[in-house]
Amino acid sequence: MPKPNFNYIKQLSNGDVAFENKLLGVLAKELPIEIKEFENNIASGKLTDAASNVHKIKHKISLLGMQESYLIAQDFEENLKNNRLDLHKVFAQILKKMITFLNHIENHRI
Amino acid sequence: MTCIIIDDEETSRVILNQLCSEVSDLDMIEEFSNAMSAIKFLNKNDIDLIFLDIHMPDFSGFDFIQSLKNPPRIILTTSDQSLALTAFEYDSVIDYLVKPVERPRFEKAIVKAKSFVAAPKAVASVESSNNEKQGDSTKTLYVNIDRTLIKIETDSINLIKAEGDYILIKTREKEYKVHSTLKKIVDKLPNDPFFHVHRSYIINLSRIVDIEDNTILIEKNVIPISRSKRPELMRRLNLL
Repeated sequence: MPKPNFNYIKQLSNGDVAFENKLLGVLAKELPIEIKEFENNIASGKLTDAASNVHKIKHKISLLGMQESYLIAQDFEENLKNNRLDLHKVFAQILKKMITFLNHIENHRI
Repeated sequence: MTCIIIDDEETSRVILNQLCSEVSDLDMIEEFSNAMSAIKFLNKNDIDLIFLDIHMPDFSGFDFIQSLKNPPRIILTTSDQSLALTAFEYDSVIDYLVKPVERPRFEKAIVKAKSFVAAPKAVASVESSNNEKQGDSTKTLYVNIDRTLIKIETDSINLIKAEGDYILIKTREKEYKVHSTLKKIVDKLPNDPFFHVHRSYIINLSRIVDIEDNTILIEKNVIPISRSKRPELMRRLNLL
């Protein structure tokens, strides 16, 4: 599984470090909330709502340059829409990687 | 040019805000995390352009567009590429950005938006250009195919056929399959020389080769004639 990276964010920022920090700060704040909501929806069997959460999270996966993971998320979103949980474990690993990465960045601001 | 951003995801708003700030003559007035707040704002304020997320809880981007009587130009933003065809069914939608938005693609969308805002009468919608139903000014038609607006000279159209959710536009040179309806396109075409000859066909009367019984031949296409349309068809032909 590819690691998260800054490629897109660096490209977008054009060297504007303040913007990079702002974006990463918002990502680090928003992602755990979305993950929590996703987990709650999974736990309560609301798979369509969970699919919506995955849809939002997909964007953040792209932002962190994880293209293969994006495709997995896309498939997982479809599975959830079809009331299936296939790829749940793989998706959970992706989320874990993202959170670890963002926590690391929060502690060592670029 | 003024704009607002509507997206429930703060990350997206931050990115769009940054990209907007780099465009010298684009004034980002306000950002909204939900469509309802934006509707209230739009009831009191005129703006030129909206960056609108499709996938929002409770009230989607499409619900939002339908709720506006006179929507400004809209650039849709979404992680879902599959909604592009639906998006362009709305006349106010001028472009469709897939998240994460890349700068070159954003800049292209802005150029497009400026042209629409600068000449609102000249380019009326994604599907039609400066065409009026009445009069003989209906010379061109723009159709959206794979997110590209393709110009078709109406004179070149032989016939248009309904095919499920699509229409097939057959011109002298090419065929175009477009996600639209005959009802929509008939409003964009001049009355003369076009004729809605059958519920599934609009034909260019000037291209008729011959008429035999209840069929019309246009190039190699055999077109059925509705019984109810036959008298009007006969009236419109220059019969000897």
